Amino acid sequence: MISHEQRLQRQAMQDRAFRWATLFFALLVLLVLVGIILSLLIGSLSSIKAFGFNFLVSEDWNPVTEVFGGLNSVKGTILTSLIAMLIGVPVSFGIAIFLTELSPVWLRRPLGVAIELLAGVPSIIYGMWGLFVFAPWFADNVQPWLMRATENIPAIGWLFQGPPMGIGLFTAGLILAVMVIPYISAVMRDVFEVVPAMLKESAYGLGGTTWEVVWNVVLPYTKNGVVGGIMLGLGRALGETMAVTFVIGNSHTAVTTLFDPATSISATLANEFTEAVGELHTSALIELGLLLFLITFVVLALSKLLLMQLRRNEGAHS
Amino acid sequence: MTSEIQPKIAVRNLNFFYGGYRALKDINLDILGGKVTAFIGPSGCGKSTLLRTFNRMYNLYPKQRAEGEILLNNQNILNDGVDLNMLRAKVGMVFQKPTPFPMSIYDNIAFGVNLYEKLSRAEMDDRIEWALQKAALWNEAKDKLKQSGLGLSGGQQQRLCIARAIAVKPEVLLLDEPTSALDPISTAHIEELVHELKKDYTIAIVTHNMQQAARVSDYTAYMYLGEMVEVGETDAIFTAPKMRATEDYITGKFG
Amino acid sequence: MDLYFRRRLTNYASVVLSSAAMAFGLFWLFWILFVLFKNGFAGLAISLFTQTTPAPGSTGGLANAILGSLQMTIMGTLIGTPVGIMAGIYLAEFGDDNWLASSTRFINDILLSAPSIVVGLFVYEIYVVHIGHFSGWAGALALAILVVPVVLRTTENMLRLVPHTMREAAYALGAPQWKTVLWVTLRAAKAGVVTGIILAVARIVGETAPLLFTALNNQFYSNMNQPMANLPVVIFQFAMSPYEDWHTLAWAGSLLIGFFVLGLNVLARVLVHTKQQS
Repeated sequence: MISHEQRLQRQAMQDRAFRWATLFFALLVLLVLVGIILSLLIGSLSSIKAFGFNFLVSEDWNPVTEVFGGLNSVKGTILTSLIAMLIGVPVSFGIAIFLTELSPVWLRRPLGVAIELLAGVPSIIYGMWGLFVFAPWFADNVQPWLMRATENIPAIGWLFQGPPMGIGLFTAGLILAVMVIPYISAVMRDVFEVVPAMLKESAYGLGGTTWEVVWNVVLPYTKNGVVGGIMLGLGRALGETMAVTFVIGNSHTAVTTLFDPATSISATLANEFTEAVGELHTSALIELGLLLFLITFVVLALSKLLLMQLRRNEGAHS
Repeated sequence: MTSEIQPKIAVRNLNFFYGGYRALKDINLDILGGKVTAFIGPSGCGKSTLLRTFNRMYNLYPKQRAEGEILLNNQNILNDGVDLNMLRAKVGMVFQKPTPFPMSIYDNIAFGVNLYEKLSRAEMDDRIEWALQKAALWNEAKDKLKQSGLGLSGGQQQRLCIARAIAVKPEVLLLDEPTSALDPISTAHIEELVHELKKDYTIAIVTHNMQQAARVSDYTAYMYLGEMVEVGETDAIFTAPKMRATEDYITGKFG
Repeated sequence: MDLYFRRRLTNYASVVLSSAAMAFGLFWLFWILFVLFKNGFAGLAISLFTQTTPAPGSTGGLANAILGSLQMTIMGTLIGTPVGIMAGIYLAEFGDDNWLASSTRFINDILLSAPSIVVGLFVYEIYVVHIGHFSGWAGALALAILVVPVVLRTTENMLRLVPHTMREAAYALGAPQWKTVLWVTLRAAKAGVVTGIILAVARIVGETAPLLFTALNNQFYSNMNQPMANLPVVIFQFAMSPYEDWHTLAWAGSLLIGFFVLGLNVLARVLVHTKQQS
């Protein structure tokens, strides 16, 4: 029989140990981030030494002569994500409006579930579908038509020229858009749903149309969540590998039009990393990885700051 | 209160702070063993705050602190060296809303017992039956001890919480508005229970219901704005309060 | 009347456009699912589960890849889940007003959206390079790093939903903190945490990028210390190849992953649903 004294001491010790254990694992999470940055930095040292700042502005990528510049990959990552956002954000917004304001109630749940299912499809399936089904169809039925239709439009016509192969920058961006739509629209729908019914009713009560209520009441009320959802989607698009690798075309030549085959950071990595022979090639690839991580880091950090700013402004108003 | 009896809990010059806000002001009070003491007063008067100093529940929240002395069996429980777990094993508490743990009825009660005692299976069975009997829940619960405590009705859940509290054999039982979330029948059950329990325990009960205070307590303390206005035998407080403020409150002029 | 007409028109356009957006979203969903089922079922056969991945031109199945995926997914979940839960407990129970907790929360959000291919690079740098070859353990480690942020986030959120009186009730019995957290609070949050774990598994089971540089692939069965076959990488390599029968296998593999992920999502939904009802 142990005394109360001992039991209490043991309990206090266990409590301390428990606290330290949870703290240890929280620190481990911090350590992973530091580890990612450090290991990528160390891995890319020889590339940084060899090419310096030039890596960021050079479009040359030649494993044979061991000259590496990352601009094409970086451009590909940013452009495909941009296309994905240009298509994905308005569509997601429309879906969220439909699900919260327009859809008959009995349809809301099944439609919402369907959109969420789209989010669960592993990206490799998007990639295969894009390569085997979408690209050929796009090349045969849409691209020629788009090219003819925009040929003579002065400002944007040049965008839609290039080889009608189905794969390329635009296809990659479009598939990314399809991938991020479920993420963004799910977040938008969730935040739209928490708008108090009274608020909407009072706007409808003034004779507002659905559009006016959404644009003037719902959207301002939920802008934090909406921005958060868009940033979530952007983060996904920037880092996505498989859906892009299959359809972007894997070409290191500089793009001039939207239909050109291109490459992105993640596609370059997925295609070349395991086959890279020289140390410099590997190092250059790791530097690309580092750039990708920094880009997503900056985007996410900026969105956090933006959200904090928005929240503070709200506080100041009320 | 008579001074020749040693009080179970003696509060001396107690002040309590939520950050910078002083919620209790120079409270002095004796709580006698084996009696029921009720705390009444309008909401926000500090009666729950006072109750939560007796087991130092406020220590969970970094911005809350108490100054002064609270003597339990003549030992100051506000001292730094006091082991809170031990203190709380001696001073049980039942909350406003029932708080059954997400486990079976049996395990709900065994949880507290296992913290401080090593019992054999048979002893544990006996202890659980004893506690449920005491809490007047045995007949309703004896056939579903293995079922989740969340499946009981609100009144039954609250009696389960009382059983759980007394199973660890505390010396003092704190009841923080234990019937405020219950229907009248369940309330009556709990009030009967308080009568039964005071044979073995010292009970402090916070209530916003004056009839309840009159029905269940031996002593009543009336608090207002963090001050102890009047303490005395319940009969005296309700029939001949010394202070005008107490009388106003009791007769329903405000609050 | 002119203003009114313009307002009506704007509204009409917005209604049409958002309905079109909905149709647009569903269009892709059905197209992708249709293609997946059509091509996947064509390749579905018992041999998928009994034979290993073939060389070009010969017949075979996906047995080694399925086994490898299962092994790495299970190990990744087993490694990542406790880390996520413990760190989540720290944030929820000890993490108020403390810079360490708020930076962990911030970092976790970053990790949650970090490109998975970068996680693969990281594990390659700290593990694969040092042991000199690709391995199943490296793959499991990369997957574990993807599990942690998901589990951490849900654990913290779910623990914060547990009413404070539940904690107080446990402390009021004299329970020490660790028992309160593990036996009472975490238990009350169990359904939510389990849902989080299931969603994390659903996420890693289809992940290809982090396995490319860690587990890579293997034509045969292997142990965790060797390069290890797994469905996503096999699908990637087979789909990128010029061989028809490899394509068929890739589609069948995709369908298997699709089914598995779908099943996990349904399971998570059912869990959330039953929890809401009780």
